[in-house]
Amino acid sequence: MFYIYCPYCGEHREEEEFHPKGQAHLERPKEPEACSDEEWGDYLFFRDNPRGVHHEMWVHAVGCRKFFNVTRHTVSYEILETYKMGEQPSITADSQSQAREGAAVSQQEGVRA
Amino acid sequence: MSNAATFDTRTETAIPVESPLAYSYRRSGAPQAGGPSRLQLRERAMLGHLILRGGAIVLDEAVRDVLGLNLPGQPQTLVQDASGERSIQWLSPDEWLVIVPGGEEFPLETKLREQLGSAHFAISDVSGGQTLIELSGEAARELLMKTVVYDVHPSHFPVGKGVTTVFAKATTILRRPSEDRWELVIRRSFADYCYRWLLDAGAEFGINVQQ
Amino acid sequence: MSQSKQQVYRLNTGGRIDRSRTLSFTFNGQRYQGHPGDTLASALLANGIDIVNRSFKYSRPRGIVAAGAEEPNAIVQLGSSEAAQVPNVRATQQALYDGLTASSTNGWPNVQRDLMGLFGKLGGQFMPPGFYYKTFMAPASMWLTYEKYIRKAAGLGRSPMEADPDNYDHFNQHCDVLVVGAGAAGLAAALAAARSGARVMVADEQEEMGGSLLASRETLEGKPADQWVARVLDELASCENVTLLPRTTANGYHDHNFVTLHERRTEHLGDTAPVENGHRQVRARLHRVRAGQVILSTGTHERPLVYAGNDVPGNLLAGAVSTYIRRYGVAPGRKLVLSTSNDYGYRAALDWKEAGCKVVAIVDAREVPAGDWVDAARAQGIKIITGCAVIEAKGSNRVTAARVAKIDIEAFKVTGPVQELACDTIASSGGYSPVIHLASHTGARPTWRDDILGFVPGLVKGVQACGGANGCYALGDVLAEGVEAGIKAAAAMGHAVQTVTLPSAERLQQGPAVALFQVPHEKPTLRGPKQFVDLQNDVTAAGIELATREGFESIEHIKRYTAMGFGTDQGKLGNINGMAIAARCLNRSIPEVGTTVFRPNYTPVTFGAIVGRHCRDLFDPERYTALHQWHVERGAEFEDVGQWKRPWYYPQKVNGKTETMHEAVARECLAVREKVGILDASTLGKIDIQGPDAREFLARIYTNKWEKLAVGKCRYGLMCKDDGMVTDDGVTSCLAENHFLMTTTTGGAAAILEWLELWHQTEWPELDVYFSSVTDHWATMTITGPEARKLLAEISDLDLDRDSFKFMDWRSGNVAGVPARVYRISFTGELTFEINVQANYAMHVWQTLFKHGEKYGLTPYGTETMHVLRAEKGFIIVGQETDGSVTPEDLGMQWAIGYDKPYSWIGKRALTRSDTKRENRKQLVGLRPKDPKVILEEGAQIVFDPNHAIPMPMVGHVTSSYYSPILDSGFALAVVKGGHQKLGETVYLPMADGQTFEAEIVSTIFYDPKGERQNV
Repeated sequence: MFYIYCPYCGEHREEEEFHPKGQAHLERPKEPEACSDEEWGDYLFFRDNPRGVHHEMWVHAVGCRKFFNVTRHTVSYEILETYKMGEQPSITADSQSQAREGAAVSQQEGVRA
Repeated sequence: MSNAATFDTRTETAIPVESPLAYSYRRSGAPQAGGPSRLQLRERAMLGHLILRGGAIVLDEAVRDVLGLNLPGQPQTLVQDASGERSIQWLSPDEWLVIVPGGEEFPLETKLREQLGSAHFAISDVSGGQTLIELSGEAARELLMKTVVYDVHPSHFPVGKGVTTVFAKATTILRRPSEDRWELVIRRSFADYCYRWLLDAGAEFGINVQQ
Repeated sequence: MSQSKQQVYRLNTGGRIDRSRTLSFTFNGQRYQGHPGDTLASALLANGIDIVNRSFKYSRPRGIVAAGAEEPNAIVQLGSSEAAQVPNVRATQQALYDGLTASSTNGWPNVQRDLMGLFGKLGGQFMPPGFYYKTFMAPASMWLTYEKYIRKAAGLGRSPMEADPDNYDHFNQHCDVLVVGAGAAGLAAALAAARSGARVMVADEQEEMGGSLLASRETLEGKPADQWVARVLDELASCENVTLLPRTTANGYHDHNFVTLHERRTEHLGDTAPVENGHRQVRARLHRVRAGQVILSTGTHERPLVYAGNDVPGNLLAGAVSTYIRRYGVAPGRKLVLSTSNDYGYRAALDWKEAGCKVVAIVDAREVPAGDWVDAARAQGIKIITGCAVIEAKGSNRVTAARVAKIDIEAFKVTGPVQELACDTIASSGGYSPVIHLASHTGARPTWRDDILGFVPGLVKGVQACGGANGCYALGDVLAEGVEAGIKAAAAMGHAVQTVTLPSAERLQQGPAVALFQVPHEKPTLRGPKQFVDLQNDVTAAGIELATREGFESIEHIKRYTAMGFGTDQGKLGNINGMAIAARCLNRSIPEVGTTVFRPNYTPVTFGAIVGRHCRDLFDPERYTALHQWHVERGAEFEDVGQWKRPWYYPQKVNGKTETMHEAVARECLAVREKVGILDASTLGKIDIQGPDAREFLARIYTNKWEKLAVGKCRYGLMCKDDGMVTDDGVTSCLAENHFLMTTTTGGAAAILEWLELWHQTEWPELDVYFSSVTDHWATMTITGPEARKLLAEISDLDLDRDSFKFMDWRSGNVAGVPARVYRISFTGELTFEINVQANYAMHVWQTLFKHGEKYGLTPYGTETMHVLRAEKGFIIVGQETDGSVTPEDLGMQWAIGYDKPYSWIGKRALTRSDTKRENRKQLVGLRPKDPKVILEEGAQIVFDPNHAIPMPMVGHVTSSYYSPILDSGFALAVVKGGHQKLGETVYLPMADGQTFEAEIVSTIFYDPKGERQNV
């Protein structure tokens, strides 16, 4: 059961209030008719399935009903950040591999009740 | 005036009305504890409920002028007038719930629309679609802990707060208008389920239903 | 029932039991006595009950081994009545109460003389690991027969056959710091965190908090340790910010510090909950805790040594022996042999001696043991045999002797002569395993530490382990670790901690332990007597060795092959020994063999606690319309549509006989076609759409055009996903230039609102439009049939003239004195008015309609009649005619596709993909059975050639099928490959029973093809 910080409500809320909506940052092609069948198929059906940092869209369904993005680690399930629709993540797979060389994240840092 | 249709769903004529809990009272009754009760439940039926949508900057002045209340801009806040009869609650960055005495909602909507003119906003009357249940008594918080997933500890849920959250397997808007009172805004179609849930979960506290 | 027996093993003094009161209880039909403060296990031991169960696979007699959650054998069935039955209760965790009734879980027909025992004696050769797979796999058809007997013989406990009278519930908890385990470390941590003002929860699985301190021979501040426990508990209980939960097991540790606690509130009082103030108390409660910080102070499980015959009753853990003596005032035997690899084990011998019983010998695997407890044992005159171990326990129903010999651990050999020591109890200690179960639920891998010969937990964010759970065993250090963890956790949550003064603990000198897991025997493991590793699952050292020989190298594979650590046991006693044995066989180190993973739940949780209040009529929400009571009183049968209860049909009594569904639906259908019917359509989703860009938004989200829909008009709309497949439909009305009311399918309401918000919030935020659900606000009453206008005219001020209120118009006015919006749309093909009023007025309007409708034959109809009537007209139901693979064109609804709309609306691009354009797609058609009496089966597969060899190519299926009263014939809708080009052709429907039905492909519109009836 995740504990998810809703960037619109400004607090952590229980997973039961949210629905996951799949991979984030999928933009609908501006000119669908200009897409080949293959390009359109890619947009419709093909998704990333990374081991590690992943950007997902969620909606605070039982709450403010806003869609937002979550950067989540698919192995530890740790949520690294959440951010509003239209914003870009500050943590990515690349930035994480660089950070790993730095100091380890403190074990004591927890989520607030 | 915004180019939207307004519709007064109420009538002055004396027509029998049924609150969302009408069937539930007949079906499940309204239990009265024999001795002192630690928990009271009371429906405040037939109030006017409006959903107000728009940007906070757009709505703020009109709400202050027409309703006499500041539009709560902070998430999870509930603002009410001195009598506690009129309130406005933040639901999302562009959505608020206004609850007023029954019958006030249509004049209020009309005045707000006049005041807001051609700005982009929306007002939807949902008075028939939901009802307000009030819980009081020392066991109210324990009952809520059995019922909603949100943290209702006083340090986390002070007076003047309101949230939309999970109610058992349904949903609710939960608010705390005063130290000893909680309010649940329940959707009509779920009302019987919610009522039966509250009676069942409240039985051990000797729940008392005031009609 | 025989007379109560005496508590022959009860000590005269000591323990935390109340000897002034006697409780009686029944075990396997015999009556016994115990005292308040006893567990069922301590009471059984006091009464000299050696055999508490038969083992799972070999059916060997088994006795009590442990004193806590790790007990593998004393698994009992509780309950004095059928309804109160609870399986899989550990006797070591069950408080004794007066009248407790328990029986052994395994043992058919009884534990003392077991038919399966013969099998068990021979079992070594007959039941190697993988036995079930190898023996019972073939033939597959016999598996059900095998399984019945295997299960009966194995006996996994049984569920009650009657309804449980008790109540259960869930509590949603939030706290800053959750402390799991209230032993020395946990209490110290809780105290530190509590003094900071943080919200603290403390859960402990035992009857009393205090853990090992309750039975410790160590002192704090020079006084018995339990006095410190009492003081700390008093302080914690007085703190408003602290919640103490005794009898509460943390069973699962889930993502983001979500921990489930199973609180047993009344299970120490009786087998059903007591009634108080007329209400039965909540028997068990599941706390769903979201904790900011978690402190795991779960302590340790002592690791038994693995030697031959170590499962014979009378073999116990050394620590359990101490606990029974010091906490429960029971010495579980008379003559003890202790086999140990470390100093800690010595305490059992000291306690035993002090209890007045005979210690035959301490057998220490170390050559030169040294330490304070070793010295104490010497001072007591206890015989210590060094460099040796108990290699075998003799006896069948109870230990009769210990075979002791010198061993070489490195060479894994017995190196000296064997001496036999007569005794009735063998206690063993192979050291401690930190209880890391909860930590491993999070997916964090534990780490092996050579210095403590055990795994310490891997930790995710926001969790600490302290004390025994962290591999720290000296009391003073344990307390210090606890305080530190409490301070850190509180600080992480923003609470500053005042200083906490530690009580002074004794500093004991300890000698190093030796790594001993499996004890060698004179015979090789595979040929010698059985040495049990996992007592609950009957896994032996030989079984593990065999598994490694058969090629299983990973501990995860070995576990699955042998069943080690399975089920309710979760490897509490056996896993580390099993890994050590596998490591020896594979000539690797323990961490190289793998780490061990435990799964939730830590100990069994009753279904009652899992289900909580979500049962019986609260299992799932039932959504009602404002007219529900009327439907109930009218005797409606209800259909579940999502969570809604919708009237399905209204059976009437005709000549004292209740109509069948077929009869009722036929009557309702004809009433609509010939007179007037009424449907409660309030469940349809309704979304209020406002804003200057509302029209543009509709044009993008629907497949058809909206630019010209005038105020006062309604239009049917079809929605696709971007893959071009139909996802919802409904009528949307233009209320004002910038204001629309969208209706959705009943089941799709919430999803469609979310769908609109998704596109608005993510792709088209520039469109000025808002959406709000008004589904529950409006009640919708559909009157339909030739007499509908006359009826409505009687109670309405609306101008209902066919030319001023046209088909697909909406108007507002009063109906039965109530302001209403009336929509002239039709789902039946008849003249129809959908009356919408604010739901609080609905009952009045509905009743008024009936008051006036009687003379017109007004008939309420349900969803079944609605389905028949719409199918006669070829109207689709999304989710019935469609399944996520059907395009608007497949449905023959080209008329609802605006290919030339300026914006590339949702679904448009996909409709020009080669796959969606191909001609042999499955297309919606009507089917008329050749025999009008035939009602085709919904879902039946369609073939073109019934003489084709099997497998026949299937070309489609029936999506809807009914009997039409107006046509007096069966009819159906179906999807058929290339169906639109096959009107008039015959298709075949081969059924499971060998029959084949014939049907003709026809138009989807079976009735009134020109649509004249709705347009009158």
